[in-house]
Amino acid sequence: MIVSRPKAFESILKELEDAKSVFLVGCGDCATVCQTGGEDQVKEMTEKLTAEGKAVTGNVIPETGCQELDVKREFRAHKDELEKAEAVMVMSCGAGTQAARSGTEKPVFPANDTMFLGNVMRVGQFEEKCRLCGDCVLDMTGAVCPVTRCHKGILNGPCGGTNEGKCEVDPDKDCAWTLIYQQLEKEGKLSKMKEYQPPKNWNPELKPGRIVLEREKGGE
Amino acid sequence: MSVEAVWKELNIKHAKPSIEEVLASGKFLVSGEIGPPKGPDVEEVIHHIDLMKDKVHSMNITDNQSSVMRYPSLATALMILERGGEPNLQVTCRDRNRMSLENELLFAYTRGVRSVLCLTGDSVPVGDHKDAKSVFDLESVQLLNMMRTMEEGNDLGGNEMNAPVKFFKGAIVTPEASPIEPQLIKFEKKVEAGAQWIQTQAIYDMDNFAEFMKTARKYPVKLQAGLVLLTSAGMAKYMNANVPGVKVPQDLIDEMAASEKGKAIDTGIRIMARHIKRIREENLADGVHIMAIGKEAVVPRILEEAELDINAL
Repeated sequence: MIVSRPKAFESILKELEDAKSVFLVGCGDCATVCQTGGEDQVKEMTEKLTAEGKAVTGNVIPETGCQELDVKREFRAHKDELEKAEAVMVMSCGAGTQAARSGTEKPVFPANDTMFLGNVMRVGQFEEKCRLCGDCVLDMTGAVCPVTRCHKGILNGPCGGTNEGKCEVDPDKDCAWTLIYQQLEKEGKLSKMKEYQPPKNWNPELKPGRIVLEREKGGE
Repeated sequence: MSVEAVWKELNIKHAKPSIEEVLASGKFLVSGEIGPPKGPDVEEVIHHIDLMKDKVHSMNITDNQSSVMRYPSLATALMILERGGEPNLQVTCRDRNRMSLENELLFAYTRGVRSVLCLTGDSVPVGDHKDAKSVFDLESVQLLNMMRTMEEGNDLGGNEMNAPVKFFKGAIVTPEASPIEPQLIKFEKKVEAGAQWIQTQAIYDMDNFAEFMKTARKYPVKLQAGLVLLTSAGMAKYMNANVPGVKVPQDLIDEMAASEKGKAIDTGIRIMARHIKRIREENLADGVHIMAIGKEAVVPRILEEAELDINAL
């Protein structure tokens, strides 16, 4: 789940500048779960922009806001509403905003900030457990990620700031290495923690990443 | 060209024995700590270096300590050498990636730095540049290993350098960390990664420390007890509440609180001197590392009260 957070409404107005009419794009997937781009939020944004004197020409909530082909299809289905707008405001993640970019020539703006890949802990509560590093070490760490859940991303054990199993940087968060130690101890696999972890390859995939599955490549 | 020839060419002199030499001779290693200044005025730091350089074997130089941007650690280390002291360069992984760590160590080596203390570093948001990007490309154990690679004549990219480097490599441990077991595993990994001597985080409870040393003595490394000067009862309470891994026992807080008005620092000096004496008498550690944060000028007094004269060892 890509976790997004709404920008302050004032900064959204600033993005739009003098655009008098806006077409809104939500997302039926992550941004709906995050309550940043679902039906309710799109409706609320419509009301707020209208109150500011902006004309909302219409909206679309693609099933998945980063599915570029779907977004383009949805844009074609709402061609007239889109045409009438001077700007497109996307209530999704950065990927969704750029999917919209691919689907129209109009100026496109983000309504949200994109925070992290998050696990849904319960309704409205998200926690970052994977940093998408491309070089997974969970086999060595009892399936608790130190790259993500240790503030410093330390690979070889806790720093001196571990505090009764909490992180010195944020006492509300668990020290990843305490969790790893406890899990590996339970499994009888503390030897894994004792094994030296070499410096990480931070470039397993050249940025920006692109993966094309072999079987989907043309001519094969 | 050998590094000795490089030092001669650059007119670099070592007035004092290295940390390695002090420890090898079996002497009790006494070090102090220099916090570089916030800005380019080095008058005070020079004063502190001059006060300490003949009273301690070496001086640690902190590296953007507590993630607060300061005058460079390496520049201060060179200043210590120029003034006839022995620097122990602290290097953290917070602000530089592996390439930058490597080339800084090459610079340090050719300019006469012989000891390096390897640390991961504090996190960026605790400091004064909260929006800065933290690096942590490596961490302390990997930094130690990187130095070993460089001592074999290679860099971390797998390329051969035109000559190897050589340093005496240090690391730290937090004896009062809670839980302690994961900390001990890391301690072991640091030793395996090439740490040749260890400095501890601040310790105050000597009985706990003696207990910790029973474990630490199993490893083939020398160890200095880290001592932070208490300047008030409030400071002790603050550290207990805010610095993980630092525990000041209640009896010491009471002792500080009972100080005559304006004389708390004298009590702090007395406590540290007492601890130094006990560490020496009971052979609890191979030395002490004195951190008189912001009060560097009293280090000679602490040593006097502890009856510790390095020139008489």
